[in-house]
Amino acid sequence: MATATEERLEEIWGEEPGPVSWFTTGDHKRIGKRYIVTALIFFFLGGVEAALMRWQLAQPGATHLTPEQYDELFSMHGTTMIFLFITPLFTGLANYLVPLMIGTRDMAFPRLNAFSYWIFLGAGIFLYAGFVVGAAPNGGWFAYPPLTGPIFDPGINMDIWSLGLIFLSISTTAGAINLIVTILKLRAPGMSLARMPLYVWAMFVTAWMMVLAMPPLTYANVLLQLDRNLGTHFFDPTAGGDPLLWQHLFWLFGHPDVYIIFLPAVGIVSTVIPTFARRPIVGYPYVALATVLTGIIAFGVWVHHMFATGLPQLGLTFFAAASMIITIPSGVQVFAWLATIIRGRRPVFTTPFLFAVGFIVVFVIGGVTGVMFASVPFDQGVTDSYFIVAHFHYVLFGGAVFPLFAGLHYWFPKITGRTYSETLGRWSFWLIFVGFNLTFFPMHIMGLLGMPRRIYTYSPDLGVDGLNLLSTIGAAIVFVGAVLVAINATKSLVSGSRASANPWGAATLEWATTSPPPHYGFASIPIVNGRDPLWEQPQLGSDLTLTDGREILGTTITDAEPEDPLPMPGGSVLPLVTALGFAAVFVSLLLGSVPAALLSTLITVALIGAWTWDLGGVPG
Amino acid sequence: MSVAQAEPRGARAPGWWGMALFILAELTLFGTALASYLFLRFRAPTWPPPGVEQPDLVLGGIATVLLVGSSIPMFFAERGIQRGSVVRMRICIALSIVLALGFLSIQGYEYASTSFSWRTDAYGSLFFTILSLHGLHVIGGILIVAWLEIRSFAGHFNGEHHAAVQAGALYWHFIDLVWLAIFIVLYLSPRI
Repeated sequence: MATATEERLEEIWGEEPGPVSWFTTGDHKRIGKRYIVTALIFFFLGGVEAALMRWQLAQPGATHLTPEQYDELFSMHGTTMIFLFITPLFTGLANYLVPLMIGTRDMAFPRLNAFSYWIFLGAGIFLYAGFVVGAAPNGGWFAYPPLTGPIFDPGINMDIWSLGLIFLSISTTAGAINLIVTILKLRAPGMSLARMPLYVWAMFVTAWMMVLAMPPLTYANVLLQLDRNLGTHFFDPTAGGDPLLWQHLFWLFGHPDVYIIFLPAVGIVSTVIPTFARRPIVGYPYVALATVLTGIIAFGVWVHHMFATGLPQLGLTFFAAASMIITIPSGVQVFAWLATIIRGRRPVFTTPFLFAVGFIVVFVIGGVTGVMFASVPFDQGVTDSYFIVAHFHYVLFGGAVFPLFAGLHYWFPKITGRTYSETLGRWSFWLIFVGFNLTFFPMHIMGLLGMPRRIYTYSPDLGVDGLNLLSTIGAAIVFVGAVLVAINATKSLVSGSRASANPWGAATLEWATTSPPPHYGFASIPIVNGRDPLWEQPQLGSDLTLTDGREILGTTITDAEPEDPLPMPGGSVLPLVTALGFAAVFVSLLLGSVPAALLSTLITVALIGAWTWDLGGVPG
Repeated sequence: MSVAQAEPRGARAPGWWGMALFILAELTLFGTALASYLFLRFRAPTWPPPGVEQPDLVLGGIATVLLVGSSIPMFFAERGIQRGSVVRMRICIALSIVLALGFLSIQGYEYASTSFSWRTDAYGSLFFTILSLHGLHVIGGILIVAWLEIRSFAGHFNGEHHAAVQAGALYWHFIDLVWLAIFIVLYLSPRI
């Protein structure tokens, strides 16, 4: 069946299945799948933490959990969902999809890609080791000092947290740089920036935001570590420090991070909706521009997390205005999606489409409460109440997890080569949609009635018993819906029917190759003439096969004119070993052992040296 | 494995972009560090706090000349390899390393001779953290270019293939430039 070209490419790019290639692979598809599976395991853990909290809060005055356990659970729930689930999952999905969508064979730096995954796995284990040693992080996911400083939280709980996040930021930054260079340099000939799929646009902006947003978080965590362990005074007002410095640094990362989570999600929605509305997206340039603008404005709104800290009025007004302006690009996108659905042919109500439309509904609700917070007096009234909890679950669960489920169903046939069950898919959508609203809508009311967040129980006098019980029932329904997704995936993997190359009749390049794609992605590098290549070009192939060796095609950054073929490194165990070196550094720091830290640093530096030596002159 | 021969040409190789983006992240890190300094500085009634002396301008000035000056041989190292001269590259990189070591020695002397420490107050914490952060980067830069020297003996670079040298030189210039910003904020701005 296979042509001579395909045989030759398989010879160059193929990997022996088995334990060796498991530890050495640089294949973006395998690494992407790994990211996805690992992040889903963390999603499950974060879900269990949420379930335990809802169990505790189902009735007033319950004693299932101690206050200390509750602190650890909400801290790890937030940390897990933000840092270990949603961001790595979107990174993993992009890892799998972006090279295929832009018509190339791998990421720009395959070994760095493997390294990013191993660091993510290591940092996730590091953060969860707290539960094993009985000292899980307990200062909340934004870890405000002085509460998290050396005086009020003396255990190693928050050391695990801050060191774990510094460790993880290596993975995030490396992954983002890899993605940017891949998108800049490896697009198929003809895929100018103005023809790039909107999902690729979204990931491109997201990756830039990661590069710029992680350093403030890392620096803040370095300062927290120094304050906790070396006696510095950054957050200590008695010696010239200021706890507000932490809040500025954290939210300078934290608000862009909201969009780091949200933009990949809108990228998915902008991909799924045109496919099922069966027409190109309405207003492509406006949607792409809105993505870029969101990414820029996101860096100018962080103070709206600090409206209740007594900052000068004039400053607050500026940030309130910026926070209202950022709703405009989001609004543009919502109208583009609605117009696409209306102007398209009768939409196909598949599971991905349902999740995408469900997203629009809940995101608009979350967006409305978001605009309410941009008003300073309202924000000061409801801050630290369940109204906030309701809002950010509408924008994070509604705004990111719904599109994520849309994407996972949409690309399931491509990634696994199997089709999933639509019936089960629809059941899981409706369970999650109904359960989600049942869980989080009552929280708006609880918050207005005065229920504070992060408190392990509440008094029956507050009048929120019924609402809390409703919320717990909703959470149980969401849980059942999510388990149903897992059952559907497992069942389909085993006995789903074989998927064709393009089961949805979609327009983007990943559907031009088989499901699942071969190691080399495409037998010949496609040449692109428009924004929806599979709808516009019946004949996509070219005579660019690059069969001389392990090579991919470099193209210019704006117009994607072909340049020279770029040599690619093969698999290696060095990324894994180097990641282990970094893990040793962070474990030494956690244990406070200077000799061990120095020794492991030296070993890690030597490993990086070996890595560059092994590459000779090849980037990777 | 002699993949070295196949290295892509031109300053815009993927490796160059990767290094440029890494430097962007690092610039953000230093920008955050200096912004934190200014944030606490403008909240303090006096700066430096009473009883703490200003950083030594003469020593700081000499260190600045040495480090910023080390960019000049690094520039010629890159030009040397572009014109195919591995020897010129080696000599120039060695010169840059010597200058950077001079910078580090002065920093070490300053660490030892300052009357306050990072434990004294927030001023001391900021001063030593920012200097240490930068000092570690200088050490990192030295390791990177020293490694380029060693790799040059294994024949990794020639007039056609030297993207790693270009990336290393770019990183070197970044460390020097960022020092200028640190010098202005830490040494000059408290005197205004």
